[in-house]
Amino acid sequence: MYKIVKKRLLNSTVTMMDVYAPLVAEKAQAGQFIILRVDENGERIPLTVAGFNRALGTVRIIFQIVGGTTMRLNEKKEGEFIRDFVGPLGNATKTENLKKVCIVGGGVGCAIALPVAQKFHDEGCEVHSIIGFRNKDLVILEDEFKSCSDKLTIVTDDGSYGQKGVVTLPLKQSIESGEKYDEVITIGPLIMMKFVVATTRPYNIPTTVSMNPIMIDGTGMCGGCRLTVGGKTAFACVDGPDFNGFDVDFDEAMARSNIYAEFEKTEREACCNLFKKEAK
Amino acid sequence: MAIKPNKNDMPVQEAAVRAKNFSEVALGYSAEIAVAEADRCLNCKGRPCVEGCPVNVSIPEFISKIKQNDFEGAYNIISQSSSLPAVCGRVCPQETQCESKCTLGIKFEPVAIGRLERFVADYHNFNFNGKTVKPVLNGIKVAVVGSGPSGLACAGDLAKKGYKVTVFEALHEAGGVLVYGIPEFRLPKEIVKKEVDTLRQYGVEIQTNVVVGKTLTVDELFKKGFSAVFIGSGAGLPRFMGIKGEGLKGVYSANEFLTRANLMKAYEKDSQTPIMHAKNVAVVGGGNVAMDAARTALRLGAENVYIIYRRSMAELPARKEEVEHAEEEGVKFEILRNPIEILGYLNENDSRDTKNGFVTGIKLIKCELGEPDERGRRRPVEIEGSEYVLPVDSVIMAIGTSPNPLIKNTTAGLEVNKHGGIIVEEKTGATSKLGVFAGGDAVTGAATVILAMGAGKTAAKTIEEYLSKKGK
Repeated sequence: MYKIVKKRLLNSTVTMMDVYAPLVAEKAQAGQFIILRVDENGERIPLTVAGFNRALGTVRIIFQIVGGTTMRLNEKKEGEFIRDFVGPLGNATKTENLKKVCIVGGGVGCAIALPVAQKFHDEGCEVHSIIGFRNKDLVILEDEFKSCSDKLTIVTDDGSYGQKGVVTLPLKQSIESGEKYDEVITIGPLIMMKFVVATTRPYNIPTTVSMNPIMIDGTGMCGGCRLTVGGKTAFACVDGPDFNGFDVDFDEAMARSNIYAEFEKTEREACCNLFKKEAK
Repeated sequence: MAIKPNKNDMPVQEAAVRAKNFSEVALGYSAEIAVAEADRCLNCKGRPCVEGCPVNVSIPEFISKIKQNDFEGAYNIISQSSSLPAVCGRVCPQETQCESKCTLGIKFEPVAIGRLERFVADYHNFNFNGKTVKPVLNGIKVAVVGSGPSGLACAGDLAKKGYKVTVFEALHEAGGVLVYGIPEFRLPKEIVKKEVDTLRQYGVEIQTNVVVGKTLTVDELFKKGFSAVFIGSGAGLPRFMGIKGEGLKGVYSANEFLTRANLMKAYEKDSQTPIMHAKNVAVVGGGNVAMDAARTALRLGAENVYIIYRRSMAELPARKEEVEHAEEEGVKFEILRNPIEILGYLNENDSRDTKNGFVTGIKLIKCELGEPDERGRRRPVEIEGSEYVLPVDSVIMAIGTSPNPLIKNTTAGLEVNKHGGIIVEEKTGATSKLGVFAGGDAVTGAATVILAMGAGKTAAKTIEEYLSKKGK
């Protein structure tokens, strides 16, 4: 059992938790992920590490409440326990030998992009961050990004905060204005990453994407997380989760991500009803 | 008294009934039938059956105890050699091991050794009320990586000798392939739990949610005070064929499909883990795992389940009993067929059509058997122009695994072969790294539960010798 030592609601749909898991905290690095199971009948879900404190033995997760499992997780209070919590899994984001990078985060993906940005920043790399959200109310981690970015651009779909539009606009502007990035690292919805890759490809700027597909064990056993990368099958859990964005078949990844859409809908409704009942 | 020429039948759930539930297929002998079956044993001098057993269970001796109605006595004899008798009695390929050597088998059917072993283990598990005597600890710590058959066997043997054994398991439950791979209807998880609990009573500690190679490395285990490490991390990455369409929705590796069904209990109403309930399912492969996947698909409600295999029925690598059970339950065998493409749905006018990307069929090509290959199995040769499409909505790939890279990549000095399997000295289980031993599928690639158990036991013996020489 793994104790939730801190819980904070970042906005109406995104929650942050610090979980006491000293073995995981000891090893965790930016870009890696954990797998958790909320309770006895729970499913195993992967969540990318959003931070860690080795001294306190805690690992930070930030998740969007999208389905049954994340709703159940969000019901857990500070001081309560998560049934299973294993990691760190996957490979850390490579930060060596880069002088100037652009981090492009979208939505809750920004939570995962943050430790990557911080790592680059700590290693003396020039960091430009572009983070995008649907609207002002959903903006998270602005201060944290400010403190590790040499330049921060915030965009919202509806223009209610920062620049109006999508993340690829300021990215393209920066590139065209002559910013020379050694690498672009993008983390967020698949469709966003697909368009980030489409933006950087003409300029041939190395672009790393962080994939977060459906998986069970996270150690290479199930193969559920497979992607087509450069025409070959790759497993996100052991070969990734970071991949060369130019090689990833995003259309296939997007299709695979909604395989259980029907089931998830039923689960979500069942969960909503359950929690409503309990609240009464 | 004349000897009954045939084995006493194993009571089973009727095929039509069991194909729709996940309860155990074989129901087990009653005490009466067990004694009757035991009476068939000639108690011959040569004891050839013992040689046929990878862990050399004293078979005639335990059968003699059954004859005398001393079932607990029989259990004590088996447990001297086997840490998991209730498991082995169910999943061992006895027909090619102990029973294949049985003297009675020359003229008649051999003694049903496996069924008797199962009876004895179940009898013990459900009737024994006494306390396990905890061995006196010798103060030496041994780490076991993986809680599958090889790891549990190794841990059990060492714990009984007084070593403080900690088993590190990557998943949230102990048992390895026994809980994620082999289905409930062949090996109830309650049985595995009981066997694991028995090991706990001997003092074995099991730490779940620790991935060795990630959470901890082998070298760190030594730093934590373990004097020896046994690696029984099992088989690894599922293989795919590399044909078009394997990324479509509805294509599973057998590992994923079975893990969802078994470990995550996706077939139960209150499980939060989803699984596809396909109507028409193609399972590619002919081994035990393929049979397990096919029979699981049936139980999840499939109307048609096909085994796609490139050779003929005679070459099917699965146990005969599993093939028979599958056939009885209605699994169809599309033999001498090779998949060349998996087809999916695509509505070109509507990219948001929710059916897009789901499997609609599998394109197969007919084969005939040609010349034998280097292993003596006749090679399948594709018949040009014989392609056809089998309409299915799910495809399960059960064509084996390749070794998991996690431990190899993080353990300096641990040598692996060109397939990625850990290299060990076969007789001892010693690896190229001092103090590190290995066994099971991590060494051999996909094999059987009993072979893995045997390897775990061999390594336990070597570890004991190594540690007593080391004098710590």
